[in-house]
Amino acid sequence: MPTAFPLPSDLSPATVTNTASLLRIVALSLISGAAIASRLFAVINFESIIHEFDPWFNYRATRVLAAKGFYEFWNWFDPTAWYPLGRVVGGTVYPGLMATSGVIYNFLHALNLPVDIRNICVMLAPGFSALTAWATYMFTKEMKDESAGLLAAAFIGIVPGYISRSVAGSYDNEAIAIFLLMFTFYCWIKALKLGSALFGTLAAVFYFYMVAAWGGYVFITNMIPLHGLVLILMGRFTSRLYVAYSSWYVIGTLSSMQVPFVGFQPVSTSEHMAALGVFGLLQIVAFVQLVRSHVSSKQFQDLLFVVLVTAGLFGFAAFVGLTYKGAIAPWTGRFYSLWDTGYAKKHIPIIASVSEHQPTAWPSFFMDLQFLIFLFPAGVILCFHQLRDEHVFVIIYAVMASYFAGVMVRLMLTLTPVVCVASAVAFSTLLDTYVDAAEPDDAVAPADSATPPESGATAKKPKKAAPAAPSTGSALSDLVAAAVPNKKKGIYGLDTRFAIIVNAVGMLAFFVFHCTWATASAYSSPSVVLASQNADGSQHIIDDFREAYYWLRQNTPETAVVMSWWDYGYQIAGMADRPTLVDNNTWNNTHIATVGKAMSSSEEVAYPILRKHDVDYVLVIFGGLLGYSGDDINKFLWMVRIAQGVWPEEIQEPNYFTPQGEYRVDEHASPAMKNSLMYKMSYYRFSELFGGGPSTDRVRNQQVPKVGPTLDYLDEAYTTENWIVRIYQVRSEDLLGRDLKSANAFAKGKKRKRSKPVSRRRPIL
Amino acid sequence: MPPKPAPAAAAPSSAVQTLWKAYNEQTSDRLKFIDAFLVFLMFSGIVQFAYCVLITTFPYNAFLSGFGSTVGQFVLTASLRSQVNPENKNEFKEVSPERAFADFALGSIVLHFFVFNFLG
Repeated sequence: MPTAFPLPSDLSPATVTNTASLLRIVALSLISGAAIASRLFAVINFESIIHEFDPWFNYRATRVLAAKGFYEFWNWFDPTAWYPLGRVVGGTVYPGLMATSGVIYNFLHALNLPVDIRNICVMLAPGFSALTAWATYMFTKEMKDESAGLLAAAFIGIVPGYISRSVAGSYDNEAIAIFLLMFTFYCWIKALKLGSALFGTLAAVFYFYMVAAWGGYVFITNMIPLHGLVLILMGRFTSRLYVAYSSWYVIGTLSSMQVPFVGFQPVSTSEHMAALGVFGLLQIVAFVQLVRSHVSSKQFQDLLFVVLVTAGLFGFAAFVGLTYKGAIAPWTGRFYSLWDTGYAKKHIPIIASVSEHQPTAWPSFFMDLQFLIFLFPAGVILCFHQLRDEHVFVIIYAVMASYFAGVMVRLMLTLTPVVCVASAVAFSTLLDTYVDAAEPDDAVAPADSATPPESGATAKKPKKAAPAAPSTGSALSDLVAAAVPNKKKGIYGLDTRFAIIVNAVGMLAFFVFHCTWATASAYSSPSVVLASQNADGSQHIIDDFREAYYWLRQNTPETAVVMSWWDYGYQIAGMADRPTLVDNNTWNNTHIATVGKAMSSSEEVAYPILRKHDVDYVLVIFGGLLGYSGDDINKFLWMVRIAQGVWPEEIQEPNYFTPQGEYRVDEHASPAMKNSLMYKMSYYRFSELFGGGPSTDRVRNQQVPKVGPTLDYLDEAYTTENWIVRIYQVRSEDLLGRDLKSANAFAKGKKRKRSKPVSRRRPIL
Repeated sequence: MPPKPAPAAAAPSSAVQTLWKAYNEQTSDRLKFIDAFLVFLMFSGIVQFAYCVLITTFPYNAFLSGFGSTVGQFVLTASLRSQVNPENKNEFKEVSPERAFADFALGSIVLHFFVFNFLG
């Protein structure tokens, strides 16, 4: 067999295998190192701090767990959240993340390594990303071979779509969930391939861990049954499928009910019914197969058909009937919003208001996946090429995840692993084809090929990708073979190989640059601490959030209730340690709407609401001075919408727009807007900053009125350095029983207008 | 599931009889032993389900764990049966009967750990 370049001929197969496995181990550890290191931008550029919003709650819960033990955590009732309702934390949380950190914490302390719990929480996500890389390697190895696995591991290690949720400090459920997702899928594929109940049990155990860790476990709950169903419909039922699915389903379902937050949902909600249905179907099919093995007959086909159709119809009828009777809960709103992207906006504004629930913009696919998104379809097509049972899984996964990623930004996270796997399969096929030294036998060696073709002709396999190359490498060259008949397929010469390989390696290099850039510049901001650049390019840290929260912690009594929009609830609880009305848990829409109503109505209306809820301080985020666009005025319309959902008579969204339909904050702003508590608190004394000059809101690029709003029921308590956080104290009732407005006017020396009669004495016309 | 695939056949009773006869002749004693256990589990499950439907579901978690225990044990045993069945030898190339039994034991232990935890 001619070769394009000389191959070493004096290597024993054992040496090749050993070297290959050593190289694999080295590569995997380097990939793990790279995965961890690239997530440390957040710590290096800022500090070891918990990011964003939800992680603050997880961190607070973990501290309770580490300090007081698991039982205390399990029974923890938090009276400071959702004041005055409180929150049963143990029963309303996915405890997997906190339990993981707790175990690591206790383990390290048992070794006399006194690591701070905060550092464990910060470093958990990078640590698990290394495990994710390994799990993806194992998964892809089942799809193709080890080299594809290594590529997939490298891809998932640094791809921005996954880094965005797992940088150091991003202490959220997704940090461990993606590892569990990939490992559960790996166990499932392995169980299916071997027909082993051991791997089925392992898949169930990791499924249990996943259920305990992330609400996204429903994705697994539906992916595996869908795979099973498709295999049955393709006529690929085997006893292996029966063993794998049955052992996974029974143990997995029973174990998932151990998590209090999930409870009886696996047997009572529609999201879980597909798994049950496929389980039942498998039992029937398996039984029918058993009968078939004993009765060899022709009538069996009809028999099978009749039994399957009846069972299917019965099952479906029972499902519909039970849903109507209420035994099975219908799909939840969050689920509907996956099919109808406008659903949430119409019916559940609280879900639609979250930015990560918005449909994905096209550029973010490129931002998050870069060249993988182009390779992804090629990889899926290569899966069709072989179409073993596990390839069916990847195809289904690719289709489902692509759809979901298009619907919701945050579900890009579930798409990322399959993109990495499919792209790695495609890329490694490309490399296999072009690195492989073998040339077609009837080749007329090109003139510039400096290779002595006959030297090592005795069936020497190339060092890498030995078994896979002949079968998988044929994908691309199939086309060539179809176009040019009667010729063996293959690559001739070195120049073609060289051109392709250089291009491929170039793509990889650009991918690395892109990932590093995206991670460093877009995904590593803690959002608690903001960064800007000075004129000389040095970094300037804007630390207003912590300034305000520490002010609250130091200057207010411990029982002081702080009202803010729900986004900041967890941060206030975590950093300021003060009771909050609403937080990011968003379980009580009415309570949130109450806060929305207080924010969007006038002072006179809002004041009784504030007093009824014992509110001492009101906190607003204002970015107008600095140009920080994520502030409360920009979120204000969602407050209005959510309040309108509960009080449609009192709050109406159109009132907050100008007659021309614009959302303005300058002197043309609508009266409802100008009188709203939110507007007043945001722009109170803002124009004074500019000393009579034009005062510009730098987020909305509008000039606010020179005479700013006045406040009668609130006092400004604290405003941070860059005015990002403004805290107001709610005044207590006037001692003389006057309403605060007139008391205020009296204090300022204004006379009450005598001429105006008191309204209740006015004769009724 | 009781053996009732007869209705579509031409002669229902004879089909069931042939099935029964073929089963008796072709199945080894080991597999029959497993099948006896499967039938027992099936009846146990039916009794529990009837109790749940007819009388009460009250300790729902207790019912679920009891029913889950029988169903789980049933499918694990059925898996064991198909793994040790000599007819399926070429499907389970890497699962020897010994390993199948070890898998079965491990699966049962994990299953009953969760059953016990859920019993309440």
